Amino acid sequence: MMLSKGLKRKREEEEEEEKEALAVDTWWLDPGHPAVAQAPPAVASSSLFDLSVLKLHHSLRQSEPDLRHLVLVVNTLRRIQASMAPTAALPPVPSPPTAPGIADNLLASSDAALSASMASLLEDLSHIEGLSQAPQPLVDEGPPGRPTGGAPPSLGALDLLGPATGCLLDDGLEGLFEDIDTSMYDSELWAPASEGHKSSPEDGPGKEEAPELDEAELDYLMDVLVGTQALERPPGPGR
Amino acid sequence: MAGAGGGGCPAGGNDLQWCFSQVKGAVDEDVAEADVISTVEFSHSGDLLATGDKGGRVVIFQREQENKSRPHSRGEYNVYSTFQSHEPEFDYLKSLEIEEKINKIRWLPQQSAAHFLLSTNDKTIKLWKISERDKRAEGYNLKDEDGRLRDPFRITALRVPILKPMDLMVEASPRRIFANAHTYHINSISVNSDHETYLSADDLRINLWHLEITDRSFNIVDIKPANMEELTEVITAAEFHPHQCNVLVYSSSKGTIRLCDMRSSALCDRHSKFFEEPEDPSSRSFFSEIISSVSDVKFSHSGRYMMTRDYLSVKVWDLNMESRPVETHQVHEYLRSKLCSLYENDCIFDKFECCWNGSDSAIMTGSYNNFFRMFDRTTWRDVTLEASRENSKPRASLKPRRVCAGGKRKKDEVSVDSLDFSKKILHTAWHPAENIIAVAATNNLYIFQDKAN
Repeated sequence: MMLSKGLKRKREEEEEEEKEALAVDTWWLDPGHPAVAQAPPAVASSSLFDLSVLKLHHSLRQSEPDLRHLVLVVNTLRRIQASMAPTAALPPVPSPPTAPGIADNLLASSDAALSASMASLLEDLSHIEGLSQAPQPLVDEGPPGRPTGGAPPSLGALDLLGPATGCLLDDGLEGLFEDIDTSMYDSELWAPASEGHKSSPEDGPGKEEAPELDEAELDYLMDVLVGTQALERPPGPGR
Repeated sequence: MAGAGGGGCPAGGNDLQWCFSQVKGAVDEDVAEADVISTVEFSHSGDLLATGDKGGRVVIFQREQENKSRPHSRGEYNVYSTFQSHEPEFDYLKSLEIEEKINKIRWLPQQSAAHFLLSTNDKTIKLWKISERDKRAEGYNLKDEDGRLRDPFRITALRVPILKPMDLMVEASPRRIFANAHTYHINSISVNSDHETYLSADDLRINLWHLEITDRSFNIVDIKPANMEELTEVITAAEFHPHQCNVLVYSSSKGTIRLCDMRSSALCDRHSKFFEEPEDPSSRSFFSEIISSVSDVKFSHSGRYMMTRDYLSVKVWDLNMESRPVETHQVHEYLRSKLCSLYENDCIFDKFECCWNGSDSAIMTGSYNNFFRMFDRTTWRDVTLEASRENSKPRASLKPRRVCAGGKRKKDEVSVDSLDFSKKILHTAWHPAENIIAVAATNNLYIFQDKAN
């Protein structure tokens, strides 16, 4: 699995990135490449799509994602996906995928499913952000503007994540995705965390795995997305 | 100081001969992450120059008074004060480390002998007072010289303490800490022209503070959608108008700028003006949105214009015209064909700042390979210069640099493919009155002056 040398890494690894000058002989620069061409490309390559998915994945793995980076990558990914020729819907194949396999399956999912997944990832971000509403400044009635800080967006999320917050973040990606997976089924039915996580029918490879980007993780990512498709989740904004 | 610009401040970029003046920072090839400079700002008089770094430290340089006994010092900047502004913090609830990196420093206008500045990391803004002490009192009645209390019954006579000179000591003390008001990462702070309030902006919200009050602030802009799944845009920079204390602007990741008037509504979620340049269909690509994202917005000193920096260009806007900028200056257009690579290595997300000169006749911004660019708005000429130790002989003139975009490379040109993308100049500052510029190149601070200075 190709891991682009330039992807953002955790702070301690940052010294290794961007030491080199812009590579000349990468296929990115192939002028025949649709993504590189000056004219508005009709269709992006699946590799550009993969790269963007990797970036999104990587961005979400940060303990506190850079929201601007995340939003720009998500928007770019949507653009790329929108330009890709739609293929016939394939039956979900949760087999260990190679990179092209993932791309095919993701292509096969509806745009709504991908949007819904990304949306849930962002929603979950929001819950996590909401947890850190520290002691609020005093509310003032008179002067203009809203006093800052409200309650966290959802106390339900707080209950769920409660003591498991540490576990959630310790697990890195797995925990994050497990939570998202749950939210797609039915948010009201979240039971207080018994072992710290709501288990889902499509439990991922497990928390024991090292949080490295590997095929098992991509497998899980794909399961989440493909699993969404299978549930016929209603698409569209606002649920 | 002699030679202050006055009314005849010369036009900016190119009629001037820029010369190396000083460089601050380690020469080491191995740069410690903590030493990377993350913000540079001149004070309102230009006598002080502050830098913040990733390690949470602030270093303030002061311009030496020109004096005849040291004619060569010629207004050099030397270290005046160094202090640890922010420390790394741990948010136990989210199990997150909050970086101590200083994102921005803004000076308050000087109102007394002491200097005040605001410095901020991702979450907390601090007001620092920097004051000098060059005298101490001697001859207390109730204390001995070594500080021990004297027995009051033994005091038979009173004396008036006298002030005696001492070695100059510069002290920095935190006077206010403005915390717990930002869920997301603070990207901007801006002091209002009323000198009483300031704004702080994060990815989704802008808050208004009173400098005296730390336990509350007012949210004036909030673009967080009800459902985070609908999030498609974040705030990237914000600034108060230099003269109208009710006006502020903020820019977005979609390349738009909104001007808000706090008089029209307490909540400025609805803008008064909306600045956006229509996309050029011929240059559209998958990266169009990313490169249109505005990384910095700065009002001109006059308050008539504002300047925005996106990935490839700097644009000057007339506040009275929302439909398009009045000027567009290309910073490094040769990168347009390399966007894919730059997306791959994340350079496309770099946030460059920009600045005006004192008379608003020139603008400056950074690029890669330790290059920085200046644009003269009156002559419409531009120049590319380099901040490097190789051109660091005192008062050595800087030679203009050229980048060869393709085809045959001429002598002295640098080809695009040999640019070093790890050497980025993100932060620059221009003295408010004179032609002196400060350029941050990773962990080094370069100061350049016009030969005539």
